[in-house]
Formats: sequence, C-alpha cells, structure tokens
Amino acid sequence: MTTATTGTTPPAEGAHGSPHTRVEGPEKVTGTARYAGDVPFAELAYGWLALSTVARGRVRPVDTASVLAMPGVLAVLHHGNAPHVNTDYAGMLGPPDPTIAVFQNDRVPHRGWPVALVVAETSEQAREAAEALVVEYEEEPHDVAFDAGRPDAYAPGGPEKPDVAEKGDLAAQLASSAAVVDEEYTTPEEHHSPMEPHAATARWEGGRLELVDSNQGSAWIVNELAKLFSLDPSSVRVRSEHVGGAFGSKGVRAHQVAAVMAATVLQRPVRVVLTRRQMFTLTGYRSPTAQRVRLGADADGRLRALEHDSLSLTSTVHEFVEPSAGVARVMYDATAHRTANRLVRLDVPTPTFMRAPGEAPGSFALESALDELAEQCGLDPIELRARNEPETGPVSGLPFSTRNVLACFREGADRFGWAERDPRPGIRREGHLLIGTGTAAASFPSRAIPSTAAVTAEQDGGFTVRITAADVGTGARTALALVAADALGVPTDQVRVRIGDSDFGQAMIAGGSMGTRSWAWAVTAAARDLREQLALGGSVPPEGITVRSDTAAAIGALTETERHAYGAQFAEVAVDTATGEVRVRRMLGIFAAGRIVNPLTARGQLVGGMIWGISMALHEEAARDDASGATVGADFAGYHVAANADVPHVEADWVTDVDPDDPVGIKGIGEIGIVGAAAAIANAVWHATGVRHRHLPIRPDRILRAEEDRAGARRG
Amino acid sequence: MREFGYQRVFDVSGAVAQLAAEPGARYLGGGTNLVDLMKTGVERPARLVDVSRLPLGRIETREDGGLHIGATVTNSELAAHPEVRSRYPALTQAVLAGASGQLRNVATVGGNLLQRTRCGYFGDVTQPCNKREPGSGCPAVAGEHRNHAILGASEHCVAVHPSDMGVALAAFDAVVTYETADGPGGAPSRGELPMADFYLPVGSTPHVETALPSGALITGVTLPPAPVAAHSRYRKVRERASYAFAIGSVAAALDVREGSVHEVRLAFGAVASRPWRAREAERVLTGAPADAAGFAAAADAELAAAAPLSGNGYKVTLIRNLVVAVLTELSEGASR
Amino acid sequence: MDPSTSSDITLDINGEKHALLVDHRTTLLDALRERLDLTGTKKGCDQGQCGACTVLIDGQRAVSCLQLAVAAEGRHITTIEGMAEGGQLHPVQQAFLDLDGYQCGYCTPGQICSAVAMLDEHAAGWPSAVTGDVRTEAAPPELTPEEIRERMSGNLCRCGAYVQIVEAVTRAAAERTGTRPDGIAEKPADPATEVSA
Repeated sequence: MTTATTGTTPPAEGAHGSPHTRVEGPEKVTGTARYAGDVPFAELAYGWLALSTVARGRVRPVDTASVLAMPGVLAVLHHGNAPHVNTDYAGMLGPPDPTIAVFQNDRVPHRGWPVALVVAETSEQAREAAEALVVEYEEEPHDVAFDAGRPDAYAPGGPEKPDVAEKGDLAAQLASSAAVVDEEYTTPEEHHSPMEPHAATARWEGGRLELVDSNQGSAWIVNELAKLFSLDPSSVRVRSEHVGGAFGSKGVRAHQVAAVMAATVLQRPVRVVLTRRQMFTLTGYRSPTAQRVRLGADADGRLRALEHDSLSLTSTVHEFVEPSAGVARVMYDATAHRTANRLVRLDVPTPTFMRAPGEAPGSFALESALDELAEQCGLDPIELRARNEPETGPVSGLPFSTRNVLACFREGADRFGWAERDPRPGIRREGHLLIGTGTAAASFPSRAIPSTAAVTAEQDGGFTVRITAADVGTGARTALALVAADALGVPTDQVRVRIGDSDFGQAMIAGGSMGTRSWAWAVTAAARDLREQLALGGSVPPEGITVRSDTAAAIGALTETERHAYGAQFAEVAVDTATGEVRVRRMLGIFAAGRIVNPLTARGQLVGGMIWGISMALHEEAARDDASGATVGADFAGYHVAANADVPHVEADWVTDVDPDDPVGIKGIGEIGIVGAAAAIANAVWHATGVRHRHLPIRPDRILRAEEDRAGARRG
Repeated sequence: MREFGYQRVFDVSGAVAQLAAEPGARYLGGGTNLVDLMKTGVERPARLVDVSRLPLGRIETREDGGLHIGATVTNSELAAHPEVRSRYPALTQAVLAGASGQLRNVATVGGNLLQRTRCGYFGDVTQPCNKREPGSGCPAVAGEHRNHAILGASEHCVAVHPSDMGVALAAFDAVVTYETADGPGGAPSRGELPMADFYLPVGSTPHVETALPSGALITGVTLPPAPVAAHSRYRKVRERASYAFAIGSVAAALDVREGSVHEVRLAFGAVASRPWRAREAERVLTGAPADAAGFAAAADAELAAAAPLSGNGYKVTLIRNLVVAVLTELSEGASR
Repeated sequence: MDPSTSSDITLDINGEKHALLVDHRTTLLDALRERLDLTGTKKGCDQGQCGACTVLIDGQRAVSCLQLAVAAEGRHITTIEGMAEGGQLHPVQQAFLDLDGYQCGYCTPGQICSAVAMLDEHAAGWPSAVTGDVRTEAAPPELTPEEIRERMSGNLCRCGAYVQIVEAVTRAAAERTGTRPDGIAEKPADPATEVSA
C-alpha cells in the first residue's frame, strides 16, 4: 500500500494524477465567468415570486388589478391564470415532486409555497409589486412538529431501496451481548445554501425554448421541462456553464417553471432569481432525523446485534426518504442486523438530496454509537472497527470491489499521532480549555450512470470534448480535460472541454458522487475510439472528426458488487466549558476513493466535505416554528454555515485505491469527505469533556447545559 | 421595497430640518441595517436623508481628557483609533467582535446605536411582532427564543439589542449627543442622553426603543475620561467563531488595589433590549476582594433579576461564567 | 421614471465614469450587475450576510448589496474587473488560481476584493478580533493564519475552500512584503493561541 502526500503526484501514467489548476480558473478569479444570473439579454423582464404566508390551506381568488397598475408591472401569474403543466410522468428520479408544478391549483401544502409570480421591467419594480400583492387564504390547521415519537410514522418501502432490511433475532442477540449501546441521536433540518442563488432565464428563440440556468444537469432539466410543458425534448435547450454550488439543491425548481410560464405568456425573456430567504422553502433541504442505534457486542467488541432505525420527514405531497440507516448495510455486520428508514408526513416543503444523503446524518449516529461501544468494551475505537470489518456486504452478501477502510485508519492514525492518545475522557486541560480527539469511519457508494459524450479532432490539431456535464465546483471540467488528454495521448492544453449545454446529449448529472465517474467513462470511450481512428491515418476535414460514445452497454454489463469509497476521519477539538464554545483545532481525513484524477482539486473536494462536517457538527440548524410552520431566521445570519474562523488546518489525503471495473479507476469524491466528519468531532468532544453529545449541532447552550447537569449529578 | 425620495445633506441643520418637514423620512448613514430592513419590508421610509457626508466623521480629544466620537465615524475608524485602542481597549474589541470587515468599514457609530434587533420574528414581516407591528403579539415567547432576553424583557417583547459596541459604551458611561429642529422657529437645538437613559424600558411599548426626540439626529458619542477603562476587556460568545451576533457578551474594566476592587465597570450584551449595565454587580464588587468567588457573587447579584424563558436559561450561566472569566483575566493583569 | 424617486448619477467604477438614471431603490450591486454589465460582483444573499458582493469603495472593502447606488455617487469604486492591471493578474488573484482557493467560484470575486483590502488594513496596523493586545503600545499584529481567518470571515464560502483561501492570502501577503512565502504548509498553531473566544 502506497500513500500519496497532499499536493504531490501519486503514481499514475499520463495527465491525470498530476495537479492541474482549473481550466476555467482565470475566468473565475477575474470575474468574467458568467453564472446564470450574469448573462445579459435584450428586453429582459424580471419575475419575482410571492410565497404563501400560511402553512396549509387554500388560496382565494387573487385580485391582481392594483398590482398590474403599478409601475413597470407586466403580468401576474397565479393559480387562476397560469399555463397548465403536466405532472403525470416519471423522470430520472421518478414522478416529479408536485411542488415544482406551480400555480396549478389553490392548495397550499406548506408555508413559503409559491402563490404568484409578478413580472416587471425591473427587479425593483417586480419585488415591490410582489410584496404589494394581497393574497388571501382559507387557512387550515397545520402540523410541522417532528419528533421521534410520532405515532403516524411509517416505513415507505419500494423495490429499489428497501426501507427495512433485517436478519437474525435482534432481541436474543442483544440479550446475550456483554456490552450494549442503546441511544438516540438527532440531526436538525439542514440547508444546502450554495452561494449562488437559484437563477433561470427563459425565452423562446426560433420556436425553441431556451433556458440559461444554474443546475446540476442541463439534460435532466430539459427532460423534466419537456414533460412538464408537453414539449418535444429536442425543442428545449438548457445551458448552465458555471454553477455557483449546488450540493443537491439544483434540479427542477419552482423558479425555472415559473420563468418558462412567464416567457411563454409574455413572449420575451424572463429571469427569475430566488432570494436567499426563498431558497429556504423552495430548493429542498435535508430532513431532520431522529435515529435510534442499538449495538450489542461480545466483550471483545465483536458485534452480535446492530439496529439502526432512522425517522425523517417529508411533505404531504411527495415522498422523499433521508436514508440514514443505509450506511450500516455497508459498514458493519452482526449476527442480528436490522436497518429501517421511516417517514412522517408533515406540512413542510419536500426535502431532497443534500451532500451525502443518508450517509451524512446516518454516519453521525452510527459512528458515535461505535465510539460509545468502544468505550464500554475498553477498546480503541479503531481496533473495534478492525474487529468488525465484514468479509462481504452485511445485507447483500456481495463481495466488495475494493475496501480499504482499514488502510485509511492505519495511515490516518500514523499521521494524526493516534497511538499517543490516552483514551480516558475529560482529563486534558490547556488553561481553561479541555482537549480531545476523535475518529470515525466513512463510506459512500460508487456508482456510474450511462452517459454520452462526443470528442472531435479539429483540423488545427486540437481536440474538443462535448458532454452535458456540470461543474458545480467539483473541478469536473478540468478533470475531464485531463482524462481526455490521457485517452487521446496528447498534452492537456490541446483539449478543450465544453460542458453545461443540453445540446451535447444525455449525460449523468453532477450528483451522488457519480458525475465525474460517469462522464469520464463516456469521454474515455469516445477519446479512445477517436485515437484509434486517427491512428489509421488520413487528413482531418474542416468540420473535424467526431466520435460519439454511449456507456449504457458497458455500465449495464457491470457485475453486481459492493462498490464504495471509504475514509477515516480524525479531529481534535478544544472545548471551553465555561462558555460552551467548541473549536475544531485540526482535522485529518484519509480516503480510499478510487483513482484521483486531479490532486489539486480533489483535495479541495475532500477538505470541503470535511468542512461541511465541521459545519454540521457545530453550526447548521434551521429552526422551524411550530406555530407558523415557518423557518425562523431564514438567512445567513440565522442559518450559520462555518465561516473562515471556524476552520482550522484541515488536511485530506488518500491511499491508493483503484476501482478495477472503471476504465479510469474512479470511484467519486464529492460526498465521502462529509461522511463521518461530524461523528469524529462529536467523539472528540466526548473525549475532551466526558459528555456524549448526541444531538447536533453541538451548540454552546448544549455544552453549558451538559455541564450544569453534570454539576447537578455530582451535587445530588 | 417601496419607492422613496433621496436627499444628500451636508450640514446638520439641513438634515434635521428635512426630517422635521417630512416625518416619514429616515436618516441614512452607512445603511448596513436600514437598507437590509427596507429590503425585507420592515422599514418603508418615504424619503432617505443621506447623512453620511455630514462633517461628523472625526474623533476628538476633549479638554477633560475624554473623547468625542462623531456620529458618522465608521466602526472601523473607531476601532483603529489610537486613543480608543489605548485608553478604551474594550471598545475597540467590542467593535471588532461585530459583523465583518466589510460592514465595519461602512457602518457608523450613530447607526450602530440605532440598529434594530435581529430577532427572527421581527425580521419577517409575515410574522406577528409587537416591536414591528404594535399589538400583533410576540411569537418568540412561546417559539424560537434561544437568543432572546433574560433581563428587562416583558411579555410584549423578549428581543435583544444586537450591538457589541453599545455594550462597551454603556460600561464607559458614554453620552449620546443629538440635534433636533425643535429650537425656536424650527432652529436647531442640541441635546444629550447618557447611555443609561438612551434606551427605553420595553414595557408595553417595545416599538419605542430610544428616548431620542422625534426627528433627532445623533451627532456623536462622548466618552468621559475613565482611567479604569485603560484596563478593560470585551469578550463575546457566539454560535460560530466570527461574523455572528452574540449570544452573550461582557464588557469589563477593573482597577484592583491591594487585592480589593477599587473600581469596576461591567456591562452585558445579548441579554436585554439594550446593552445592560450591571450596576448591582458593580456595587457588590466595589471594595470586595478581587477573586473568583467575589466575581461570581457579583454576577449572581446582578443575575438575580434574570427571568429566563424555557429555552434560554443557559444565558444566566454563560454570563456568570463570562463575568468570572473576564474579571479574573483583568485581575491577573493581562491588559487585553 | 418618477423624478422624485430616481436620480441621474455618475458612478466612478474602475477609473471609468458611468452616467445613469437610477431608481433610488437600486443598490450599487444591482447597478453594477444589471445596468453596467459588471457581473463579476456576485449576489449571494443581498443582505450583507455573505460577502459575495464585496467591492472596494474609496479603497476600503464594503458589501455592495447594502449600498444604494445613488448614495455611492462621488466614491471611487473598484470591482473584481478592475483588479488585474494591464492583463496581469493581481498577486491575490494569481494565488487563488495557483493554490485552488475556490471551487464553484461564486464567492471568489468577493473573497479576492476582500483579501486585497484586508492586506491594506493589516499594513495600516489595524487590529482584529483575535489580536491579543489591541493597544497601540503593543506590537502590530502579525498576519498569522488565525488573523487571516478572522479578517476573512466576512466572506462565506459554502464549498469550504477556506484552507486554500488562507494559503492563497498567506502567499499574496508574503509577496507583498517581499518575504518568502514559506507559511504555506502551515503547522497547527500553538495550541494555547489557536482557540480564541
């Protein structure tokens, strides 16, 4: 096993594997990179959404006369006059969330639901008119209270993702266990909060619907819009050249649909940009979770029983499951093994995929519980994990493609100085601070989705790659240039990569850590074919020579296996028990995540994920007000994401781990960085203070209350 | 945001005359709070009178050794001023603990004092709020109030004042100076309000926040000479390490002679509708031994009046611990 | 437009004068983006809570979303488009590019403008919230990673590029003072000073 050092080149042939600055970097540092809201249009009109102020009920007929008379106002769309859309279809992710079908009826399923779009000549006029629009409601009682004891919780089920998986006699195995952990863990509602708000400009151009948009997959958006508006997909074009962060939130959303409606009605370009506050109700979020983990083990730490039960919420109109219990199906086996994802339906917006859906909250609970079990067994937490390393998939029984989680722990422990750690909690003081360290494992599935790509040999000797990929900040554009250059056997600067245009054909979205793997596969296939063609000799015609690829057959032929990326997270924290402040002092993550195409940007992806873990552990939490059903403090002052001062020196590195069945060896790195990070921090807080924190985020008031409880217990 | 008129003024008498003539107008300083509130619809002025270019941008040493800080001095200028840094270090620390570099460069001293609460209900015009819409109710009492008041609140409003700067100013007995057009025949008239009287009790009128007369323009803040202030410290706790409002803060100045407290100044932030001068704690401490037990007893004396809600009782512990920590640090001679 | 709620103004941006009629409600940010096609300045929150719209006003960093365009008349405004000189990237821009101080790039123009002005603030001797002793009698604060983190905290980066941003700013600061940029591979700071209140 060899390991690479951050920033240096791991052994690999060709361009990929060498650090390469982003090909669009000069545009990004000079402000010339155009994001969706930056592209100018002649005759542009501005749309502003008006959102419901009740959590449940019906919209009364909307009187628009006074607003239409306001300066610059061009139109007001609402359920009484909006174009019809069709939601009776199955898209890439199944049937659409009905909440994207805006203005189709008078129902209000949650607070902050779009009830109208006001279009005006300027954004100032549109905003004021949308705020002036009086919308009346027949209000109905609502229920937004999420808690573990909901009697109406249910297991949704479905053939593709069974929501309950079980084997063995859990009660019997727990009863015969020498050590038992039985605890509840909760994570709050969390929001993607990309820096770039969702923005779309729609227009009709030569009989074609065109969108300039910020999304994770332009072909995906085309397919959904075509179905919604009953159009042929070839008559819709979506472009999304630069995307200011997405994290799962940038699919089809109300603003694109509303923009298309307005552009259709007005027959001029209409832009709809969401405000930061609107993003809290219109772009999805991660459901809060209430998770119960029960572990039973022999005295030597070998698991006899493992149960992970997770409750999350969804809206009343669409089913989305935060599959937090899934991570246990990959990580640890036990004689009796039960995992269940359950749901409760409330009068809230529909949650959605958010960076490491399932694994992020699930790993917090499971990896915290493992740490508690290690404490009970008097075992080092890494040794406990080593003793429970499964031979095959605990639920599937399938072999692992590669599984290098222990190599990550070995390398990480060595570099973090884990061997010198005194396992006893609450004993390291530096002045008024308590210091502790913690660790946790990480895993995330590695998958590929069929995609198409085109590679063109140009007459000038250069090459152009065209693929409907999206670079949401992952460095995909650069990675694909490196992969293509390698497959073509040419220097990287001879390759131009064009992405973010649905006219380039069907391709996977930037999501599920599958984007770069899926796209690199298609690009490699086309580039290799082209290279063979060029090797036959002959001249390149003026239009170039283009080879297209489609990876459907190759991906369909993959044998079923447990294919995942892994990692080991390490964190050191300092806790001021007088003020409740927790600061992460250093973090190290070692990952086994397939071949790393571009170490420079890969490090950013992994470190960025770990910083999401810091943010999740200590800061992020959207507060929903039971009385109104609204998020209180729906902005960056109320919803804290980690600021620069919260982030210490965070290091990420990787061990060699090449996927044998992938033409490039990629597994995907977009999500693995966050998995286990919050647990490592929570475990470090326990090691520092001796108190387990099972509810995120670990806020100052929670530290202070725990200290009071402990002082009370001492006195009592 | 509704349409509004805009007028830039270059002298104070012109400014106050404008507001006297048009009660729906508001002064615009740095705009870091007002423009935000206009975007969210909380403030809907008919006209903005831009006072940012008034000749009120200087910090001057007074004859008595105190400082006069002009109302349009920016937060950054205030924090970086050599006299402030050396003679009132807690004021510099308080200002630097607030907002971000970008905001401090624009936000003014006058505006900082007049900034509105960051209560999430106040900032959302679709929610009831007695401060924004008198009589509509206070959902925070039974709702989200983790960062709300434990001192001096009422059933009508439990919001806290967000200023860090104001906490240090309260500790140092600052006096707010202002002008109105209330003189004979609309002539300018000057007035002043000590920090202790500047903010009004919440009572049943949380929408009336200060004792400033209608149309008054803050022209500056006077800091009386206070040798004790040279040995002062501001400590702020928040839910992330920077760029966040306080959940509790303490400004303290301490003069210890022969083991006893000779003079002490103490004020708390994020616990009340105004910066909270802890006079009871100061009274208990003065003459008492300068040790942790004494500091804790003084904090307890002040916090005896605390009336926390179901979800913010931690603030009592937090403030108590902060008082002990900051006073201990000061008594150990670290002049920070 | 109604003359009582709009004004003819001239904005001085990157050394160029731009005459325009603005609705008083128009922020400097929207004037740049929607009227002058200077879209390098980004709108992240429109509430002064993220720093993506940071520009320099009379050389000092400020969020342009809370600045009314009409009130910005007479000020010298520098945006990200004005940072590079003669086709040569500003050292801060070059450092962000070389050291990958970004991912999606949306907060980047604000980060860069903020860093450029922050280095001036530090050079002027301004203390920060993590400066141990703010008194003028004390030595001016060194630009440690901890100081950079605090001073750059007004610019949120959701991708989590903070580590690389601090590295980039460290390098640019070292180039500015002519010292060797060897603070890049930063060791964890002294534990006693690393955590601050």
